[in-house]
Amino acid sequence: MSTDSYKIDINGLKKQFGDLVVLRDINLKVPTGDVVALIGPSGSGKSTLLRCMNLLIIPDGGTVQIGKDAFSFGPGTRLPSGQQQARFRMGTGMVFQHFNLFPHMTVLQNVMEGPVSAKGTPKAEAAVLARKLLAKVGLAEKADVYPQRLSGGQKQRVAIARALAMEPDVMLFDEATSALDPELVSEVLSVMKDLAAEGMTMIIVTHEIAFAREVADTVVFMRDGVVVEEGPARTVIDNPVQEATRSFLKHFHTRN
Amino acid sequence: MYQWDFSILWSYRGLLFEGTLVTIALTAAVIVLGLMIGLVAGLAQLSRFAALRWLSWGYIELFRCTPLLVQLLWFYYALPLLIGIEMTAITASILTLALYGGSFYAEVIRGGIQSIDTGQREAGLALGLTSGKVMRRIVLPQAVKQMIPPLMNQSIIQFKNTSLVSVLAVPDLLYQGQAAATETYRPLEVYTVIAIIYFVVLVPLTAIVKKSEKSLRASD
Repeated sequence: MSTDSYKIDINGLKKQFGDLVVLRDINLKVPTGDVVALIGPSGSGKSTLLRCMNLLIIPDGGTVQIGKDAFSFGPGTRLPSGQQQARFRMGTGMVFQHFNLFPHMTVLQNVMEGPVSAKGTPKAEAAVLARKLLAKVGLAEKADVYPQRLSGGQKQRVAIARALAMEPDVMLFDEATSALDPELVSEVLSVMKDLAAEGMTMIIVTHEIAFAREVADTVVFMRDGVVVEEGPARTVIDNPVQEATRSFLKHFHTRN
Repeated sequence: MYQWDFSILWSYRGLLFEGTLVTIALTAAVIVLGLMIGLVAGLAQLSRFAALRWLSWGYIELFRCTPLLVQLLWFYYALPLLIGIEMTAITASILTLALYGGSFYAEVIRGGIQSIDTGQREAGLALGLTSGKVMRRIVLPQAVKQMIPPLMNQSIIQFKNTSLVSVLAVPDLLYQGQAAATETYRPLEVYTVIAIIYFVVLVPLTAIVKKSEKSLRASD
């Protein structure tokens, strides 16, 4: 396989905060349309890895390539400018644990913000797109309310629509269901599942092991800033090879 | 016992009215200019560039931690000696008061921006907005809500601070009052009336501040 067929290609990625090494030497290749679940204990570096993929955290070393855009980091490289970073991030959509909807904007304005302010899409056109995406996540009738009037599950679905409005190549999910009440988790997971079925390339940091097993093509288990084990989702979750993976998965009931 | 007599002040009503207008105009000017200075200094406090942070820190602390009266005298009398620029009393007053108020506004603006959850900034950046757009579109509109009550408070203090410009012979309310006091030998009556005028102008303003705080809370 040539490198071109990978949507995401990460090589030798390193990051440390002060003395704390968070990512040691991460390599990850994701073919177009694949869904990768990043699992592991808290502090394993999975959220940091996700944030390095859209440069919300600037890596200390290694390369990050998404689609045709690639950046190298570390000694002898130039930090990408603010403009370059912003353009790069347009190609990736991110969904956060705490939704981070803009409270001073209506649901519709939240979804329009990216196309209008980052891409310069005319407002009327962005509104049409936003309404289409809100319908897709089942929230067409909430277009004109403010986010604080929504439930957690509804907020997260709006956040997904907001990210999709940039028509990204890749979607990054950072514990998208961890802050939700249990009964609201499934409505968000079902939207994510639909996206995966449509062929969206997705990286999902999650504690929903059953969901990872069902939806992900690949599961990556991380601990202490390294990838401990990586493989087809069912294989890794049902028959982990590494002791660390086994002991981590013991905490979950993977088959409902 | 002292015999209070306010009647003699009636003939000074025109003078006191003019003084009040000067005070109000002066306040408006130093608030507008001070907010612009405060916004720049407040944003500089949060800059990536250490030099900008240090520069604004130096400015803020210099003006916050020295007496306004000394600043006024210094700007009017010492600055011309040092750099050879002569300023009218009005210019020196507006400049000094704006810089003084700006140092307090800067801290309010910095604090307001920092009170916004970093997730908001991250969400804006993740969409592909530049840092500047994130600030203008996402962070500032939310931060302004936090800032309005303390900014209005500071502006009320600025209104009263303008009385200090009378030392530079700017014909504000206090200066005109002093003139009236000297002529009438009735300083107690004059200063009482001046206090009442300040009070009458400011009380409605404080009521507006209270109301705006309430409506801002309601919209959360």
